[in-house]
Amino acid sequence: MTEEILIAGFGGQGVLSMGKIMAYSAMMQDMEVSWMPSYGPEMRGGTANVIVIISDERISSPIIRHFDTGILLNQQSLDKFEDSIKPGGVLVYDGNGINRHPVRKDISIFRIDAAEEAGRMKSPKVNNMIVLGGFMKIKPIITLENVIKGLKKSLPERYHNLIPVNETALQRGMEIIREV
Amino acid sequence: MEKELRLMKGNEAVAEAAIRAGADGYFGYPITPQSEVLEYLMEAKPHERTGMVVLQAESEVAAINMVYGGAACGKRVMTSSSSPGISLKQEGISYIAGAELPCLVVNVVRGGPGLGTIQPSQSDYFQATKGGGHGDYHLIVLAPSSVQEMADFVDLAFELAFKYRNPVMMLSDGAIGQMMEKVWLSPQKERSKTVPEWATTGKPPTRERVIITSLDLDPMAQERFNQKLIAKYNEIREKEVRYEEFQCEDAEYLFVAYGTSARVCQKSIQLARAQGIKAGLLRPVTLFPFPVNRLNELADKVKMMISVEMSAGQMVEDVMLASNGKVPVYHYGRMGGMVPEPEEVTDFLKSKI
Repeated sequence: MTEEILIAGFGGQGVLSMGKIMAYSAMMQDMEVSWMPSYGPEMRGGTANVIVIISDERISSPIIRHFDTGILLNQQSLDKFEDSIKPGGVLVYDGNGINRHPVRKDISIFRIDAAEEAGRMKSPKVNNMIVLGGFMKIKPIITLENVIKGLKKSLPERYHNLIPVNETALQRGMEIIREV
Repeated sequence: MEKELRLMKGNEAVAEAAIRAGADGYFGYPITPQSEVLEYLMEAKPHERTGMVVLQAESEVAAINMVYGGAACGKRVMTSSSSPGISLKQEGISYIAGAELPCLVVNVVRGGPGLGTIQPSQSDYFQATKGGGHGDYHLIVLAPSSVQEMADFVDLAFELAFKYRNPVMMLSDGAIGQMMEKVWLSPQKERSKTVPEWATTGKPPTRERVIITSLDLDPMAQERFNQKLIAKYNEIREKEVRYEEFQCEDAEYLFVAYGTSARVCQKSIQLARAQGIKAGLLRPVTLFPFPVNRLNELADKVKMMISVEMSAGQMVEDVMLASNGKVPVYHYGRMGGMVPEPEEVTDFLKSKI
């Protein structure tokens, strides 16, 4: 099993940390992982993206062009990376602020209105956890238990009081993701 | 003590591995894409853990000369930087090589020349393997291609540096420095308490003064010293070649690549083999000494070699020398901070068959 994932969106949307939690959780499950961010001027505002590869074999190139799953969280990323998803692959997008929706017919397209849901939860920062919950629903590779462990490991202790709201967000994500 | 599993960036792995290897000192100056080495060390407070000194110098030149001083006292010392910063350090590196002192210099390479870009590159191959500073000298050059190797090679580098009294360079790149992978960290080693007999630590009445210098006013004596260095480099060539082979057993087409490019080539091999093209990879782990003999042997078995580098074509010259005209040798490269994608490498191979 090898899952090659691209996550892209605005800087500040939690793209890199979502990838990190995925990688950490997969590592807890004894899998090989790589997390390759774009670290250029993008991370100083504008777009951010990260390639996460999870595999039960040694990972070859951490930098790849085609993905099993694309999690594309703004219009710019959707326009740029829709064509990078392998035929038969999965695209997850947030409908918030999207004018041009994905059009491919040879992939499965899922919509998750995470920004809207995060607003409803009055907790905009859990946006990425809602998306991650949605991903876990359609690609059950990493488990909720390990994601919570990952959160505990990657959040400084003073933020550990936020873990329950993150867990709620993951569960909301699993509920609201829908195929289009 | 057991090894510890962590998810880390390559830069962080170097820093943690340095503490665990029992390093005595790190002297550095921040530059993207390797600033996490210094940042991690500052945060990890190694002085409280092992007594290791971590110091942000006022410049790269100051940092390398602090390394020179620490090494002259027989300490396990290191610095890290990225391409433009490594250029600034070259005078000091030449002096350290000329004084036959051990140290570790980590170069997390970015696009050049000049200030270039902050993205990954391998365009410092010539600088690392052919000298870099002035004078006839070589560094031992290790090329990690994973976060695990970024950690493992710190200890190896110190071992080789002290064995041969020679500076060692770890030639990495921005991708491996910035990427996170899982890494098994070795248990903490104690800092060495033994002082090498060549170290300048003050003259006791029981022995003559020890002198560390790279200066000789007598050309005949300097030539004898040069010959001694050559003998050392030849011994290193004989004993310290390291490389890894992927699917070379039946390969008809051989990629030669190190670092990030070697990772890309492994995927290119999968793509090529899925189309019935028997490709393989030789990954030099040491760039100096270069795996000359093994490449020469493989040149009798394969139809073609392709050096894949994030440069305008540097290692390809060593591949040509090693294969000695037995097979066609091509270069495929991306520059300026661009990383080749596996598909384009496979396409290049197909275009040459």
